[in-house]
Amino acid sequence: MCNSIHGIAAIEVIGLGREFKDGLKAVDGIDLEVAPGEVYGFLGPNGAGKTTTVRMLVTLLRPTGGHARVAGYDVERQPAQVRRRIGVALQEAALDPLMTGSELIELQATLHGITPRSVRARGAELIARVGLSQAADRRVGTYSGGMRRRLDLAMALIHDPEVLFLDEPTTGLDPTSRLTLWDEVRRLRDEGTTVFLTTQYLEEADQLADRLGIIAAGKLVAAGTPAALKAEIGRPHLDLVLANGSDLERARDVVARFGDQRPTTEGCHLSIEIALGAAGIAPILRALDDAGFAVAELELKQPTLDDVFLAKTGEHLEGAEEPMPAPELA
Amino acid sequence: MRASVRVLARRALVNATRRLQFLAPLVVFPTLLLAINVGGLERTTTLPGFPHVDGFLDFQLAAAITQSLLLGGVGAGIAVALDIEGGFFDRLVASPAPRAAIVLARVLAAGVIAAVQVCYFLVLGLAFGAEIKGGLIGVVCVLAIGIVAGAGFGAIGVLIALRARSASVVQGIFPIVFVVLFVSSAFFPAELLSSPADVVAAYNPLSYIAEGMRQPIAFSNELAPVLEGLGAAAAVAGTAIGLSLLALRGRLRDA
Repeated sequence: MCNSIHGIAAIEVIGLGREFKDGLKAVDGIDLEVAPGEVYGFLGPNGAGKTTTVRMLVTLLRPTGGHARVAGYDVERQPAQVRRRIGVALQEAALDPLMTGSELIELQATLHGITPRSVRARGAELIARVGLSQAADRRVGTYSGGMRRRLDLAMALIHDPEVLFLDEPTTGLDPTSRLTLWDEVRRLRDEGTTVFLTTQYLEEADQLADRLGIIAAGKLVAAGTPAALKAEIGRPHLDLVLANGSDLERARDVVARFGDQRPTTEGCHLSIEIALGAAGIAPILRALDDAGFAVAELELKQPTLDDVFLAKTGEHLEGAEEPMPAPELA
Repeated sequence: MRASVRVLARRALVNATRRLQFLAPLVVFPTLLLAINVGGLERTTTLPGFPHVDGFLDFQLAAAITQSLLLGGVGAGIAVALDIEGGFFDRLVASPAPRAAIVLARVLAAGVIAAVQVCYFLVLGLAFGAEIKGGLIGVVCVLAIGIVAGAGFGAIGVLIALRARSASVVQGIFPIVFVVLFVSSAFFPAELLSSPADVVAAYNPLSYIAEGMRQPIAFSNELAPVLEGLGAAAAVAGTAIGLSLLALRGRLRDA
């Protein structure tokens, strides 16, 4: 793995903006910084500006405002140096359906200046890594969506990039393919590759990202670790349903000392904010038991990234909770 | 640069063989038109002013080759437009390979396909009784003009694709090129064209390209028409490649 960017941010973005000719501001002055070896999740709904940001960072689109440096190089003034150091898997796996997986890997390797002697070994290694050895000599047109994505990833990794850009890598994939790609992203993180990952899936961002940026209508509305972002909008809540809910007020007094705020009640439901999370449940249950209350149901509710998105934008993350597609036949 | 051009040109050639629906028309339509012309217009060779030829097929072969090469240009343009539409073009642009390689590889592939097209029509002509008066040297001359012209027409296709960014638009625009072919001396001798077609034909590079190939096929290896044909083909190729590179630069600058 290349180490030239140690000590420097892998991605540094200051006031980056893109206004199209029709006046649309797809990206409106965003600032962000991604450390080397970090998986940075860029979360937002469709049309929020995620892809436009990625296209600027990979030198496919010129910014109309601000600056960005990737792997230590300015995307506008040193685009060739940037392209040598990045791997890119764009939103729709742009693969030539007439070529085989092996041919495409070889093509990509040559374009990255890998010597013919090394191409075959490196290509075979990557194809095996993404589990496509059996299909390597088949035309890509016969691949399933998941296979295309994996090949796309292998192509993006052919030159051992310092920074890898994955633009919605799992959109439209079946759950199995999605999990396979998640594993690969984790493996890349373990190997020290910086990954800039855009997604509209809350779970994906939560599972993979060391830090997150939330983008809405072209603006970065929040940034931080998933845990910090969730903590920002509130502590976990413990919801209780009492078996003998008729004496709810007394039960409320019993649990009140476990939280900073007085518990709320509704019907036979009692809700209390607990700073300790799961560790705070047992003392509350013991206290209720000692006071003669039986608990019929309990649920610890953690704030979600959707709550964060709602708190920051006033809207739920559209499409984030869409059902995963049925498993596809490869 | 060389490695990038080589690998991208190879891809273009491999794809051409795997996309027969685009490759077949390059020879099928000109062959049909050649058969119709030769079958129905043979007696035009007796018209006053028509140069002496052994057969109308000898005369028409160069026209069929030129038409086929123009269709090759359409194919190159459609292939680039499909790359743009499908996002593969972005993959190439996002790689560290010199961007000019994208254009040059297509042009190189068009030149290679042109060589095959020329060979096909020469073999077809020989099979149906044509003679190549210039012999082996004549064949080399026809090949040289055909390859350079084919590369040039390929570059025109790439230029249109880079401007239009849509395969259907390329397909829609390119027939205009055939209008240019019909106002050249490719199908009929310049001496038999009436005004203003004769004036247009005199300035039409396709006239020189077709006549440059016709000379060694139907007449002799007289140097002047061959050199004029080669010069015209080179001028078309040089201009179209230059404009394609500028179009690519403009497209990336405006991105």
